[in-house]
Amino acid sequence: MSDVLQVTDDTFEEEIIKSDIPAMVDFWAEWCGPCKMVSPVVEELAKEYEGKIKIASMDVDGNRQTPGKFGIRNIPTLILFKGGEVTQTIVGAHPKSHLDEELKKLL
Amino acid sequence: MEDLIIIGAGPAGLTAGLYAARARLKTLMLEKLSPGGQVLMTDWVENYPGFPDGISGFDLIDKMRRQAEKFDLVIESQEVSRLELSPEKKVVVTDKGNLETRALILTSGATPRKLGIEGEELLIGKGVSYCATCDGPFYRDQEVALIGGGDTAVEEAIFLTRFAAKVHLIHRRDELRATKLLRERVMALDQVNIVWDTVPTRIVGDTEVQGVDLKNVKTGKTSHLPVQGVFVFVGYIPNTELVKGQLELDKLGFVVTNNDMQTSVPGVFAAGDIRSKILRQIATAVGEGATAVFAVERYLESLK
Repeated sequence: MSDVLQVTDDTFEEEIIKSDIPAMVDFWAEWCGPCKMVSPVVEELAKEYEGKIKIASMDVDGNRQTPGKFGIRNIPTLILFKGGEVTQTIVGAHPKSHLDEELKKLL
Repeated sequence: MEDLIIIGAGPAGLTAGLYAARARLKTLMLEKLSPGGQVLMTDWVENYPGFPDGISGFDLIDKMRRQAEKFDLVIESQEVSRLELSPEKKVVVTDKGNLETRALILTSGATPRKLGIEGEELLIGKGVSYCATCDGPFYRDQEVALIGGGDTAVEEAIFLTRFAAKVHLIHRRDELRATKLLRERVMALDQVNIVWDTVPTRIVGDTEVQGVDLKNVKTGKTSHLPVQGVFVFVGYIPNTELVKGQLELDKLGFVVTNNDMQTSVPGVFAAGDIRSKILRQIATAVGEGATAVFAVERYLESLK
């Protein structure tokens, strides 16, 4: 069972924008190879930051509205949120250490 | 102490891993993300033998990984931060600690080269892309520019016609470098407009790409092309940050080896896209991975 919360256009506002704790959303799609290199890393981070940062992912194929709102035109893209505001956008496949550093800034 | 550490799990690394596991060498493979590499940027591989109908990059890598793991190859998700390479000692420093090994194979590949022009860095994620299979679907019915003229550039231009209304292929010479079959295919597509003898000088836009400034290298004439996306396929830079100053590199920065994949440091080998050579393909990477392991076995034998 994945520790990564799956969000959709319908649940995004409630789960991410109104989240009590900071959040990170991994925007991905089935067609995207590099996304598949990132998802195991995101999965690990979800375990490590459980209860501290909400780690979520959104399939951009089934959900067009949210990616459009954030101007996403490359995937994988990871967006970090705190208090409903975007604090950082990370484009492309980056190693865990880099993501870890960015997540620590949210705490 | 390991017999062998392999750094990077693309086709070269996974083949080396397969051969090393079957040779029963005490082997550890390190990968900073999950296995794949450049191949995962490819939608469809049709020049790797054994798959007459072609195979997706993801499926091919998945098969390579499973084949190596079937023979008990251990793949760990660790990022290497430093290498200490000498004929006597090889230390791999990772985010999880120090590892020592008798032999090392570098298969850490290469990364798409950037154009290095104004606007490029700023607009990554906002219309500048290095992966057509990832980002092509965001450009449905839009116009895009694609920079390059080699195999990858032409393949991706063809791929983008599935989504984009028009693909402007910007090439600095008057002939494409891509293989003949790909040239024939791309020339036959109405949706592709090839702009010859031309280089991009600036990517225009603040919050998103609005166009690209061009210059004809023969006439010197400049122009502006309004597009919503710019895809860049202008070659690769080798991932050699960890070995600079320790191994001999060629003038483009690729690792120099002999025919047995041996680098300038005894016990350190290199295979795949990171190597100095004339052709970077999956088909060449796998052969080098196998050769490197054979050379490692001989090297380990010589230590006894």
